[in-house]
Amino acid sequence: MILEFERPIRDLEERIADLHRLAGPRSGLQAEISRLEEALDAARRRIYLNLSPYQRVQVARHPDRPNFRSYRDDLTDDFYELSGDRFYGDDPAVRGGFARLKRGGHDVVLIGHDKGADVKSRVRGNFGMAHPEGYRKVKRLYDLAGRFGLPIVTLIDTPGAFAGRGGEERGQAWAISADLMALARAPVPVISVIIGEGGSGGALAMCVADYVGMLDNSYLSVIAPEACASIIFRDSGRAAEAAEALKLTARDMKQHGIIDEVLPEPLGGAHKEPAAAVGAVGEALSRVISGLSEADSNSLVEARYERYRRIGPYVANGDDSGYSL
Amino acid sequence: MDSVFTKCERCGEPIYEKDLRTRFNVCPHCEFHYPLPAPERIRLLTDLGSFEERDVEMTAEDPLRFDGYAERLEGARRKTGLDDAVVSGEGRVGGRRVALAVMEFRFIGGSMGSVVGERVARTIEFARAEQLPLLIASASGGARMFEGVYSLMQLAKTSVALSRYVEGSCPYVSILTDPTFGGVTASFATAADVIIAEPGARIGFAGARVIEQTTRERLPESFQTAEFQRDHGMVDRIVHRLALKGDLERLLGFTS
Repeated sequence: MILEFERPIRDLEERIADLHRLAGPRSGLQAEISRLEEALDAARRRIYLNLSPYQRVQVARHPDRPNFRSYRDDLTDDFYELSGDRFYGDDPAVRGGFARLKRGGHDVVLIGHDKGADVKSRVRGNFGMAHPEGYRKVKRLYDLAGRFGLPIVTLIDTPGAFAGRGGEERGQAWAISADLMALARAPVPVISVIIGEGGSGGALAMCVADYVGMLDNSYLSVIAPEACASIIFRDSGRAAEAAEALKLTARDMKQHGIIDEVLPEPLGGAHKEPAAAVGAVGEALSRVISGLSEADSNSLVEARYERYRRIGPYVANGDDSGYSL
Repeated sequence: MDSVFTKCERCGEPIYEKDLRTRFNVCPHCEFHYPLPAPERIRLLTDLGSFEERDVEMTAEDPLRFDGYAERLEGARRKTGLDDAVVSGEGRVGGRRVALAVMEFRFIGGSMGSVVGERVARTIEFARAEQLPLLIASASGGARMFEGVYSLMQLAKTSVALSRYVEGSCPYVSILTDPTFGGVTASFATAADVIIAEPGARIGFAGARVIEQTTRERLPESFQTAEFQRDHGMVDRIVHRLALKGDLERLLGFTS
């Protein structure tokens, strides 16, 4: 799939491919090919080094973007999947289990939203929008991690928790608040990376953490830009303006002190070169897990408390609060 | 003023506004529960003269310089006389000291921004420090979009505060009123020891209109009412507003 703003890149790529087809190895077309390749490189830089917030949202949603499955397959030697919430069912929109990371050899509990790899698995995984049974499975996994002293690693990639009748009947809000409470007191390191979409409560239920990283083209937002636009402008078509206003990019999050690190993506986005993005996440995970492995559970929980207790500026008694960021 | 009539939006019967006020905005004919301003709810729940407000003079910043937010804040302050969408403090219920936070729906839809999150967190921390029962009455459309990710993070802030409170042995009672949705239900409002809801209150994660738009499903009339939530196991009790104080007194008698 080609995003609208990627079209100039695609056009140049196609022209270069055509010339290669026409040109023999010794043809005079080489000069033209080189010229176009330079133009292509320039176009990539011009476009990808200046992405607007909404363009980043589109990159974050790209169907070819590496998703939970890519990370699971490339970063772990073993993934021992666990299923079900023990009450209602198993939700394929979110997966998790014990995992051994290739890099560093750490054993962890790995959990992530699974957007699927093809039409069938995307539908089955409800495009990464979990139901309450998904969030209750996640809660089980948090508890298991605590019991066995394993770090919790979460990979966030969801448009949001599913908004539907079944979800409401089974207590979507209750399931999410239980996850938040469980992460708040998890006695093990919690390490989160937003690898694509960070949609509101459905994302936050998996990233109240000691470390939060975000890939450069991922986003985190209290509301989808389209929904925000339809509230503010009564026009979901003005999502680009809403995305701008919401300050939802990884760089905004870093600047506002919400996250710890922006993880690099290859020029052209993670979907252009999945191995590079997956590798960057793998590097960060092994580094952060090593760094947190010595911490005792009390100080982890204490530091997590302080971290989230501080977020959110307000004015008290006429002065800016000490908590203001 | 006391002779002014109004017509019940639900049953159509004429009501003296004075009667409505003395019945804390519950229709004397059909018992429909109208929204109740936070100061009135505090008067409803606490022993006469026992309430002391805490964490006063705290106002929202506009961290994203979100277009129109400053005006919305100004308008809401004027309309409600409050500085944000929650009033908090301590008071007595049937003689027992409690920590209390009451949300105000008329203030930008009771939305949770940094001030709401901070006041709720401080109330929880105060309750924990003083070993008091904690009562939070919610009325909220959810997170305050104008504060972007800061409003989302208030779910985390209130949750970390609650996670400590529930290690102790004092009860947290959440009172859900019409409407309570989104970020408030997805955090502190549903993480309580006991959840009480007012009759007919609409309570849920996503609003019915959003669900109908996204899933194209027709939803039953009773969808997301307090009664629906009780039937699905999400709410402990449905209590008429005028019986709420007595109900809380009974509950606190068992737990503290």
